[in-house]
Amino acid sequence: MTKHRLFWPVAALLALLLVDLVAKPSFFKIELRDGHLYGSLIDILRLGAPLILVGIGMTLVVATRGIDLSVGSVVAISGALACLHLSGLPDQDAVGGTVAAIGMALGLCLALGAWNGFLVSVLGIQPIIATLILMVAGRGIAQLITDGQIITITSAPFRALGSGYLFLLPVSILIAMAVFVLSTLLVRKSALGLLLEAVGGNPEAGRLSGLRSGRLTWLVYVFAGLCAGVAGLMIAANTPGADANHAGLWIELDAILALTIGGTKLTGGRFSLGGTVIGALLIQTLTTTVYTLGIPDTATLLVKALVVLLVCLVQSPVFRARVRRRRRPPVSPAEPARAVEVSA
Amino acid sequence: MTDPRAILEMTGIRKEFPGVVALDGVDFRMFPGEVHALMGENGAGKSTLIKTLTGVHGIDAGTIVLGGEPVAFAGPSQAQRAGVSTVYQEVNLLPNLSVAENIFIGREPRRFGRIDWKATRRRAEVLLEGLDLHLDVSAELGTQSIAVRQMVAIARALDVSARVLVLDEPTSSLDAGEVERLLKVVRTLRDEGMAVLFVSHFIDQVFAVADRMTVLRNGKLVGEYRTEDITPVDLVTKMIGKELEALEDIEEATHRHSGGEVFLQADGLTRKGAIAPFSLEIRSGEVVGLAGLLGSGRTELARLLFGADHADGGTLRVDGKPVSMRTPRNGMEHRVAYCSEDRKTEGLVEELTVRENIVLALQAARGWTRPLSRRRQDELAARYIDALDIRPAAPEALVRDLSGGNQQKVLLARWLITEPRLLILDEPTRGIDIGAKTEIQRLVATLSDDGVAVLFISAELEEVLRLSHRVVVLRDREVVAQRDNEALTADEIMAVIAEGSPA
Amino acid sequence: MTALDRVTGYRPQQRHLPMLATLSLLVGAYVYGASQYTAFGSGQVVFNLFINYSWLLVVAVGMTFVILTGGIDLSVGSVVALSTVLSAELLGERGWPAPVVIVVVLAVGLLLGTGMGALIHYFEIQPFIATLVGLFFARGLCLTISTEAPSIDNAFFTTVAQTQVPLPGDSHVSISVLIALAVVGLAAYLLHHTRFGRTVYAVGGSESSAVLMGLKVARTKVSVYALSGFCSALGGLLLVFYKLSGDPLSAIGTELDAIAAVVIGGTILSGGSGYVLGTVLGVLVLGMIQTLIDFDGTLSSWWTKIVIGGLLFAFIVLQRVIARR
Repeated sequence: MTKHRLFWPVAALLALLLVDLVAKPSFFKIELRDGHLYGSLIDILRLGAPLILVGIGMTLVVATRGIDLSVGSVVAISGALACLHLSGLPDQDAVGGTVAAIGMALGLCLALGAWNGFLVSVLGIQPIIATLILMVAGRGIAQLITDGQIITITSAPFRALGSGYLFLLPVSILIAMAVFVLSTLLVRKSALGLLLEAVGGNPEAGRLSGLRSGRLTWLVYVFAGLCAGVAGLMIAANTPGADANHAGLWIELDAILALTIGGTKLTGGRFSLGGTVIGALLIQTLTTTVYTLGIPDTATLLVKALVVLLVCLVQSPVFRARVRRRRRPPVSPAEPARAVEVSA
Repeated sequence: MTDPRAILEMTGIRKEFPGVVALDGVDFRMFPGEVHALMGENGAGKSTLIKTLTGVHGIDAGTIVLGGEPVAFAGPSQAQRAGVSTVYQEVNLLPNLSVAENIFIGREPRRFGRIDWKATRRRAEVLLEGLDLHLDVSAELGTQSIAVRQMVAIARALDVSARVLVLDEPTSSLDAGEVERLLKVVRTLRDEGMAVLFVSHFIDQVFAVADRMTVLRNGKLVGEYRTEDITPVDLVTKMIGKELEALEDIEEATHRHSGGEVFLQADGLTRKGAIAPFSLEIRSGEVVGLAGLLGSGRTELARLLFGADHADGGTLRVDGKPVSMRTPRNGMEHRVAYCSEDRKTEGLVEELTVRENIVLALQAARGWTRPLSRRRQDELAARYIDALDIRPAAPEALVRDLSGGNQQKVLLARWLITEPRLLILDEPTRGIDIGAKTEIQRLVATLSDDGVAVLFISAELEEVLRLSHRVVVLRDREVVAQRDNEALTADEIMAVIAEGSPA
Repeated sequence: MTALDRVTGYRPQQRHLPMLATLSLLVGAYVYGASQYTAFGSGQVVFNLFINYSWLLVVAVGMTFVILTGGIDLSVGSVVALSTVLSAELLGERGWPAPVVIVVVLAVGLLLGTGMGALIHYFEIQPFIATLVGLFFARGLCLTISTEAPSIDNAFFTTVAQTQVPLPGDSHVSISVLIALAVVGLAAYLLHHTRFGRTVYAVGGSESSAVLMGLKVARTKVSVYALSGFCSALGGLLLVFYKLSGDPLSAIGTELDAIAAVVIGGTILSGGSGYVLGTVLGVLVLGMIQTLIDFDGTLSSWWTKIVIGGLLFAFIVLQRVIARR
């Protein structure tokens, strides 16, 4: 069972929930109030939705041996543009205006994704540097859009994206799940998943099999831009407003952690969208757990670092090999000494 | 076979990799003041033997005695310190550093811990002048020609005060003048008392420079010969060997090609540095064998016909119409398929399953929006696993976990389902077991009967002769002969390979 | 080089081109600034660049070593912040003497760096992930130690912070600038005149070749991360001298500034090529852009980020053009 790719991430998530259960049984209480579900678990889903979205986009990029550092900035830009448009409307609650705002924001995010894709697939710039450009400049662009102010909005239909409820559940998690289901169907029902894994797994073999890797690469960056855009809208709707400085800060790093925990390797090839969702939930649960257990929330980062380190080490083949070697009973007196020396 | 004069004696060397015995009881020795050529075809174990000598690989059995002392190197740096220096084929140097640094890095002359650049440069100049090379030693190595890099690598090896110098295919990327210069240097070093291990697939060069030769085949020692006791033809025969297999039925089936329509026609096709201009016709249903030693341009020729590389001269026609093959997709559009000789880096996606690898090319041709249904994929995978007897018969097994022969069959299946009109097989039987080999040979015969043209590349002449209707011989990146396979013998082809002139 | 080249004089080597481009950019920006604003022309503007960015300079020098080997260190900003928080805590709350605090802070940086280097080399965890863990870990430590940003009134620290080193022409620099320049000098010496430094370039050029050439690759790889950790800690101390406070939320995004400075300075992110001097120029360019925007007064600070992004793009394209020739 430990062979299954999702074993360790799921085990880590369950272990964390177990800690919560022991420490505070009320963690698992879910109440029905005003026709909505309330509770810590629901909070995890609601607050984890943007990370899930960004993680899904990032996973496809990483599958092609790429990386997208710019998603955090794209999150900020998306929220900024939507809020700017909304704040200029005479009636913010108008559905038409809200849809226009969302459409504009997502359109811009598609263009930003296309820019990243262009740098990587046409100019052939290493993904990490190519997306670093937009990561740095993007936050400036977001501030330019908001003129350095925090734009607050009141639009009810827009706010529903972040804090609304539908069928008892938060709208945000419904959107994230919809994107997850759709993208899973997209990559597994079409041949996209297979071709992406071939591009990332062995680029030269892919080329010789007739793959047009340039187009595929472009596509995943555009998709990552779109996912980041939707996440940006969600964060803005939850605020509610656009904070160009802080919206989406570090979300690219969390997304990379989420997919790493979920078993997708940064070296490309095989990817698991389900793993990324679990990784994202793990990270969100960690934050909520720290809060629930009454550990000062300042320790969140510390706990996160340690848990991630543990999950990464457990998944590292070299680490496992070393642990196994140490556990093995020594064959001769010289044997253990040598093993220690090697790993020192 | 102990000889007190030997500087190096390797006895009974055995090296296994998971599933393969790379070296099996190989003996090898070297004398000071002698150039010793290590000969063998691809997969014969030359590289492995060199790597056991230079400490890259440990050995599973046998002894290595250097200068009278038994040694066991744990790494290249230990071997270097003991006086065994290696210049690898791909010249493992640092293009981003200067010529002088590449010679001395790790051993720079220092004063009070500070690198003495003046002394470094001066010593580099002296060393290179000794090799008859005059250049600005502070220039970046990356700006220098391959020939210069080669010399720099040799200079580095010499400065370690090497007793044994290993040159692993040093001439494979050099032009005639550069080769001449390199051989001159090798002779000088020999005359100074160095033991030089020379690996090359150019027969002329080996005969021009070597005093002694050791031939390996399939990880086993064939023999050690003094150069004056052996002829080029003998040498090639020993390298390629004879295979005693019962495959008469296939042999009977071939050689009688009635001649279909011309499918593909190349005129003066060439790519600089890869293959000299050549002309070639391949008919539907015809099996054309490409014979020649490793590095003779076999693979390079094949890649041009598929579009894996693009030609920079000449024309190519399919069904009489001129076509441009710039990418593999072009090749696939004209229903040409190419199974690379390098399964690992150019063929399979190892972390994907057998099924996924089998459908990859067909799926790539359809584009991602037109997926093959899972049922169709399972069907295709099952059919070809059955037809080619891929083991384990598990479509969901990871390709990484399959043996070499089965991996080869997966790659074959990938191209067969695209229903090619020309199938290019580059060394499809190398490194795989005899059973799988026979099956692949049978398959080629069957395909030919069905009207598929096959370009078959193999280092084993027996195999080429058994399967082909026509044999094209390459030598030094040039097509030197094309023969119908009627009463053609291995000896004739060997003579062409060894001597270049059509016998 | 032919005799003719020697007669016609200096011909820039190709590998110096990106650095020269940065230098001309820097000079151009300065000349432009001086032509627009009279105050800009005074030498003190340049010295202020050094005063304001000495801490970033030290951090970027450490980053240069890591990037030269082909790695990356995302943890630098957090380690800087940790150093400021640790200084404030140990000096203020605990009342430790200044020299001890300085040693402890530097040792912590060195230790964190070594730990990340060990994860990367011995457990083959990608540099990106290992230093990302370092980023969270160090920032987490900061917040665990203190959530406030207490000011520091230790006598030694304030003296160092306030001492002005006079220069001819009515200008002055701070002690931090001298420390930063000493670090730059030392780093340049290490990189160009010691075996360790040359091995750094070798690993970045081709790790597998370096192994086959018998170089000490493992030790070098771990060392560069240790060095980067040390430089980040030292950079943190300089930031303390500059701000005289320990802020757990300081230096957020410093890793990006440092990486940007290194890349703008002409060092190639895949490793093996670049100079510490280039990094100095890179930091000065970042500072110069900020200063120009400050002098203008009408341009908002976000233009800094957009311009830096644009510059990054320009330099990366420049590097590719040079590499292709």
